[in-house]
Amino acid sequence: MNATDAVSRAHREEWARIVAALTRRFGDLDIAEEAAAEAFATAVERWPADGVPPNPGAWLTTTANRKAIDRIRRENKRDDKHEEARMVHDDDPPEPLGAIDDDRLRLIFTCCHPALAVEARLALTLRMVGGLTVPEIARAFLVADSAIGQRITRAKAKIKAARIPYRLPSAEDLPARVAGVLTVLFLVFNEGYLATGPDTDPIRNDLTAEAIRLTRLIRALLPDDGEVAGLLALMLLIEARRPARVSTGGELVALGEQDRGAWDAALIAEGHRLVRERLAAGVAPGRYQILAAINAVHTSARDVRDTDWSQVLALYDQLVRLDSSPVIALNRAIAVAEIDGPEVALAVVDRLEERLAGYHAYHATRADLLRRLGRGRESRAAYDKAIDLAGNSAETAYLTRRRDQLGAP
Amino acid sequence: MRYLVSVIDDKSNPGSTDRQPAISAFNERLIAEGYWVFAGGLAGTDTATVVDNRGEHAMITDGPFVESKEYLAGVWVWEAPDLDVALKLATEASKVCDRKIEVRPFL
Repeated sequence: MNATDAVSRAHREEWARIVAALTRRFGDLDIAEEAAAEAFATAVERWPADGVPPNPGAWLTTTANRKAIDRIRRENKRDDKHEEARMVHDDDPPEPLGAIDDDRLRLIFTCCHPALAVEARLALTLRMVGGLTVPEIARAFLVADSAIGQRITRAKAKIKAARIPYRLPSAEDLPARVAGVLTVLFLVFNEGYLATGPDTDPIRNDLTAEAIRLTRLIRALLPDDGEVAGLLALMLLIEARRPARVSTGGELVALGEQDRGAWDAALIAEGHRLVRERLAAGVAPGRYQILAAINAVHTSARDVRDTDWSQVLALYDQLVRLDSSPVIALNRAIAVAEIDGPEVALAVVDRLEERLAGYHAYHATRADLLRRLGRGRESRAAYDKAIDLAGNSAETAYLTRRRDQLGAP
Repeated sequence: MRYLVSVIDDKSNPGSTDRQPAISAFNERLIAEGYWVFAGGLAGTDTATVVDNRGEHAMITDGPFVESKEYLAGVWVWEAPDLDVALKLATEASKVCDRKIEVRPFL
């Protein structure tokens, strides 16, 4: 392996661990982030000339520690820094989680603290845990570098000023706090899965890959959490279909029309394994586990005609009981159409109008059902609305073709 | 770490008025557990007076410094080791007062 590859690999594998350990030691996210970044910059300079050290992680940790101490000395405010160090706490967890204790987990829970705004959590998690640079995060969310920089700075300032603890949540708070972390990771994944913006790649696999990597990390740290396993399985089963999701012409390909041979068999196998593991656990599944199971049903069918729609519908019925969101009800209607026909499904979808009138998928689903019912003019109008509202370039191309295939109005 | 804990009421949808016994019991607990520094309920915003002596003459005006639907109905000052502890107490306080709570650290 050459030095550049070694640095990227160490960055992927060690960044979060180094930032987390520095935060614990120096009690300051700013110092931790800066010292970690300087250590990697030093590696970029030195490794090509000096050779890759035998233990890159240890080399980086030592270098980062030295950089942090240098900075504290340079600022000549050692006492102040020690005072600040007490601001970000590293008390032991109020109720120990057994052997599961890792600085990275503290870091993740701190970055995803509910007292921070969701946008701040996203940016902070990608920077501190994911190791993405500010310009990379800004590109991912199509906002200016300065906006992301400010979000991160403000979040760090709030963590310090309000004393958000660097600590694992209590066992009692853990499920809610894990749910908050998973929300952040799923948002990152979704932005990659269906990227918004006319000039963006329709699928941002840098984002989906980062979300999967971070979810794998949480899974390694909390292996018994069903929803963590569920979210990882869900992401893997969606990611597996990526090679078939966009045509060479840049058009989104619907699930039923995808070349199933192009799906990633290894990711599907891993996703199915996780779903089976959760089924065997015999614990009532949460929403990510149910969504993963639905995706497992789809990815089990070699041909779209082999899809077990009654199983899909049963899972959606289960999901609706947990999550009354109209988007879930809309997706359930697609399974209803396969079992009870498009007319019954259309009646279900029409009841969602008030809540989903501004959502492109509502109109796209209606357009498809109307098309299947031979109601061409109404279908065309629904496609028009869906195209107006869709933000993803590949999806717009797909909807436009479907509309134009309707024939003369 | 000290936190200012503000109780926020809403003129158009006020919290219930029978909370005093529950609040007193909650205060006893805050004192017993070492979180309590100070607490006080406030008279209505129409009893407020604003003084501004930044210019040449002191100006005294009737009324709150900002008119809003939501207003400060009372405050606590708590001593807590970190925000998680303060938020947990605030979650109980909101239930006890039947009002929204804002938690803000002192510098």
